[in-house]
Amino acid sequence: MMLDASRTAMTEQALPPLPSGMAVRVGSRQKKDGLLAKAEDETDWAGLLVKVRDHQDRAAFAALFRHFAPRVKAFLMKSGAGAALAEECAQDVMATLWQKAHLFDPARASVATWVYTIARNRRIDALRKARRAEPEELDWGPEPEPDQAEVLEAQQETERLGRALAALPAPQRTLIERAFYGDLSHSEIAAETGLPLGTIKSRIRLALDKLRHQMG
Amino acid sequence: MGYAAGQLPEAFNLVVATHVSLCDECRARLASFDAVGGTLLEEADEIAMGEDALSKALARIEGLPQATRTEPLKPAGIFPAPLADYIGGDLSAVRWRNVGGGVKQAILPTGKDASARLLYIPAGKAVPDHGHRGMELTLVLQGAFADANDQFGRGDIEIADEEMEHTPVALAGQDCICLAATDAPLRFRGLIPRLAQPLLRI
Repeated sequence: MMLDASRTAMTEQALPPLPSGMAVRVGSRQKKDGLLAKAEDETDWAGLLVKVRDHQDRAAFAALFRHFAPRVKAFLMKSGAGAALAEECAQDVMATLWQKAHLFDPARASVATWVYTIARNRRIDALRKARRAEPEELDWGPEPEPDQAEVLEAQQETERLGRALAALPAPQRTLIERAFYGDLSHSEIAAETGLPLGTIKSRIRLALDKLRHQMG
Repeated sequence: MGYAAGQLPEAFNLVVATHVSLCDECRARLASFDAVGGTLLEEADEIAMGEDALSKALARIEGLPQATRTEPLKPAGIFPAPLADYIGGDLSAVRWRNVGGGVKQAILPTGKDASARLLYIPAGKAVPDHGHRGMELTLVLQGAFADANDQFGRGDIEIADEEMEHTPVALAGQDCICLAATDAPLRFRGLIPRLAQPLLRI
C-alpha cells in the first residue's frame, strides 16, 4: 500500500487542534510493529465516542475519524471496493458513527468492533445491494449508566482478543483475515493459495478454536 | 462467522439473524465474531483518506437529521423481529401456497444468491421428498420435526447438504412451521456449512 506522506501531513494541519494529552496516529507508520504499538496505545476510543454521544464533541469525532477512517477505507478496498467508493463509504461510515452514537454502549462492544459492524453493513449495502437481517434487539431494561467495571471488563476483553489474534501462527491468522476481509469463499482462497480446501477449512477451525481457548 | 464477516447470501443472513434472536448462546458467539472483526480492523493497514475527508464528513453530519432513537424491530407472534420485518406482520400476513400433501410454502423476497421460504407442515405429516441440491438451513419456528437422525424444536436449525437424505416428519400435536433457506446449486457449495457450523454449533 502506498501512503503519500506529504498529503498526510497536510491533512494533519488542516484539522482542528486536538484536545491536549491525546495521542493520535496518522498513516501507517506503526504498522510494522502494530501490536507493540497497540499495547502502548492508551487512547481511550470509547471515552471519545461517549463524548461524541453525550456532547456532540467535534474534536473527539476528529480524533476518531483520523484513527478509524483510514482503516475502514482499507477494509473496504480489501473487500473489492475502488478507492473512490471506499473513500465515500468510509466517510459515510464515520458519519453513521456520529449519527448512531446514542446507541453505543462501551460495556457491550469496543469502538473498533462497533465501527467494524457499521462498515461491514455498509459494505453489504454498497457491494451487494442486498438487505441484511439483524437479530432482535435484546431488552436490556432501563440502564441509565453502564457499570464502570463492565466497561473496563469489555476493554480488557478486547485487548485479550487482540493478543490472542496476534499469537496465532501466521498461516491461521492470514486465513481468518481473508475470510473476514476478502470477499473470498473458501474455494476461492484454495484456488489462490494452492492449499486444498480441506486444509483451509481445518486451519480456520483450528484458528477459531485457538482464539476461543485463549479467550476462555 | 460467515454472517459476522458479511459474506452470506441474504437468505442465509435472514435465517441466522432469526436464529440468533432465539438463541442466546449464538448471540454471544456472534458478538465474539464481531469482536474478531473489530480487532482485525484495529490492527489493519490504513489507506490515507483524501485531505478534505474530515470536513466532508462533518458537512455530511450537518445534513443528517437529528439522531433519534429508532424504534427497534418487534417480533410478531411466532416470528422473531428480523423475520417479521421480511413478512410484514405475523402468521396471518403470510400468503401460503399449497405444494401437496397438506404442506404449504411461502417464498420470501431475498437476493438471488439463495432463496428463503416458510414451510407449513401439518402435524404428523412428512415433507414431500426433496433432494438437497445445495446447502439447506431449516429453522423451526413452531412445533417440531424429526428425521431418522434427530429431532428439531423451536429455535433449532438443521443444516443439510447434498449428501444428506432424509424424510422430515412433523411431530404430532402441533403443526410445524419452519423457515428454510437454500443456496443456488453449486454456487456456495461447501462454503456455507463450514461458515455456519461454528456459529450454530452443529
